[in-house]
Amino acid sequence: MMKRILVAMACAAGSVTAFADEPVKIGMLQGFSGPTESLVGPMAEGGEHAIREISESGLFLGGRTVEIIRADSTCIDSAAAVAAAERLVTSDGVHGINGPTCSGPTTAVINNVIADAGVVTISPSATSPALTTIEDNGYFFRTAPSDARQGVIIGEILSEQGISSAALTYTNNDYGRGLADAIQSAFEDQGGTITTMSSHEDGRADYSSEVASLAAAGGEVLIVAGYLDQGGRGIIQASLDTGAFERFVLPDGMVGSSLTDHFGSAIDGSIGTNPGSDSPGVDLMAEISAAEGYAGDDPFVPEAYDASALILLAMQSANSTDSSVYKDHIMSIANAPGEEIYPGELAKALEILVNGGEINYIGASAVELIEPGESAGNFRETVVRGGQFETVKYH
Amino acid sequence: MDILNAFAMFANFVLIPATAYGAQLALGALGVTLIFGILRFANFAHGELMSFGAMATILATWGLQGMGVSIHPLPTALLALPVGILAAITVALLSDRFVYRFYRHNRASPITFAMASIGLMFLLAGLIRFIIGPQHQHFADGERFLISAFEFRELTGLSQGIAIRQTQVITFVVALVVMAALFWFLQKTKSGKAMRAYSDNEDLSLLSGINPDRVVMIAWMITAALAATAATLYGLDKVYQPFIFLQMLLPIFAATILGGIGQPVGAILGAFVVAYSEVMVTYAFRQVVGLLGPADWVPDSMLQLMSTNYKFAVSFIILVVVLLVRPTGIIRGKVIER
Repeated sequence: MMKRILVAMACAAGSVTAFADEPVKIGMLQGFSGPTESLVGPMAEGGEHAIREISESGLFLGGRTVEIIRADSTCIDSAAAVAAAERLVTSDGVHGINGPTCSGPTTAVINNVIADAGVVTISPSATSPALTTIEDNGYFFRTAPSDARQGVIIGEILSEQGISSAALTYTNNDYGRGLADAIQSAFEDQGGTITTMSSHEDGRADYSSEVASLAAAGGEVLIVAGYLDQGGRGIIQASLDTGAFERFVLPDGMVGSSLTDHFGSAIDGSIGTNPGSDSPGVDLMAEISAAEGYAGDDPFVPEAYDASALILLAMQSANSTDSSVYKDHIMSIANAPGEEIYPGELAKALEILVNGGEINYIGASAVELIEPGESAGNFRETVVRGGQFETVKYH
Repeated sequence: MDILNAFAMFANFVLIPATAYGAQLALGALGVTLIFGILRFANFAHGELMSFGAMATILATWGLQGMGVSIHPLPTALLALPVGILAAITVALLSDRFVYRFYRHNRASPITFAMASIGLMFLLAGLIRFIIGPQHQHFADGERFLISAFEFRELTGLSQGIAIRQTQVITFVVALVVMAALFWFLQKTKSGKAMRAYSDNEDLSLLSGINPDRVVMIAWMITAALAATAATLYGLDKVYQPFIFLQMLLPIFAATILGGIGQPVGAILGAFVVAYSEVMVTYAFRQVVGLLGPADWVPDSMLQLMSTNYKFAVSFIILVVVLLVRPTGIIRGKVIER
């Protein structure tokens, strides 16, 4: 107990050298139980892989090791997540947290623990737009993009192509609604007009009346924020049947070969956007994860790896494990200028930092952090040509 | 010109889809009303009977397509329809033999029959998902359009196109033929007359020597044939998915009750009223009115009575209003008694 208080005091004073032999502690606060348990397995592996890589390099803060402490944030029980975060911060005295997994617990953890305790927390997978504006005192970051980003990307693409009005329909759930709101506000910021925004239910046989009211509102294109094997496809079918719309904008879950297999060149000229990147980090991650026996290309695994790497590299850059000091280094190591760092090159990054050089951490998910500390996200813009989705460029 | 454009738009989005939908509902409602006329209960399993018939048609269609048989430009499913009808008849007769006959001989109340039919509905629903799965199935082939919106615009020079799908025309024509055949059967043949007599007064018809088992059997066969045809046409025109037939039960019952229970003509009338109301109440008339008004003017409001999400509410409203105002329906039919 005495020792713990001393550690806490030492940390608060920002003195690192006095306890140079103590391992640095990183909390792995993920949704190990609940709806994300199957996702979190490989995510935690990825996050801990980066930690081991740095710990075993012998270069970190003059040869200190890093200890991993797991805690369960669940995905739906915010109270449990707050208790787990509280334990990590006060009793385990972690120097940084990789997590939580889902947006709900993340919000609760920031509000109740992180903002006051002042421990750097990087979530690899919380995508709620609300987290962009949360009061975090500068301690919260995320390597996942906000759902709002895709809306911004679509707004940009549409105005680039000179499209000034669009009708918008979304699948009637939180995801569809959130994405639709993001697209609407981004498109209207660019000077475009959303003529109507209406929801559709999945699992109906006939969408002709939905399309009829969309057609009544008009628009050069129809934006379909839905699912390609569900209502989204029905909407496109009914639009083509009645000649209401010929060109579609297909975000996220609408991009897939099952759509082009079905409609072929009938939807030529339609625009698709979905998460994706052409960064070599993706392949490198798959390589190094295969050697460790987990899947590095599973959802959010690259982001988890990058979250751990950012925390530790920022500590090295600041030469401090004190959150209030190294939090200011996260943005600078994640972005240009500097030597580009890919997965598996963390030792090299430490070396550069020790020698006073600069790094630009690219990592597995092509990290580019934008204010206030979240991933810009990487999106693939596609267009349907000859009945196939073709990549136009990456955003 | 603008008046023509407004009409084209109205026809494209309201008239044509609603007419095809009405024809599909009418075939379904005829089955429900026939069973009510003869067996005197509300058959909740009717939706699944339709689904079963369509499923058999789809499986046969796939078989035919696999063998390379085609009647292009018509959809192969029309060739496979007899298989679906036979399958639906088999299911209907089996369910009568093993479920309904027991209650009929015990002179059970209509509510008992209705409950038994709900049980059968779940059984069939499970069986269908077991055989073909819960996903949607596409089986339409052949030409899709008789005239597409684009071709129509090219042809007429109007700014609004009318798209007419082949399946919509097939639906309407088949429905007309089937209905005509049904009325001829009921009016002119001996069996048809026996059915009407049995429906009007069971005891009296028994006294005059009509065989009740035969009447019931014919009623099931006609109902099943109608059901399989309706569901196949619906699937061709839209999509086949088992879950949909549960949703369709509501408009079908609304049409049956609105038309007058046990009245074939009423069922058809009711079906079209329900179909047109459902489409028109949820249609946004903004552009149509805009075309009729001054040039370059469109109303700011969507001129839509009800959001499309509440489409099914229209059937409910019709059902409630009819039961309150005129429980016998448009053509005086039976009133469901306890």
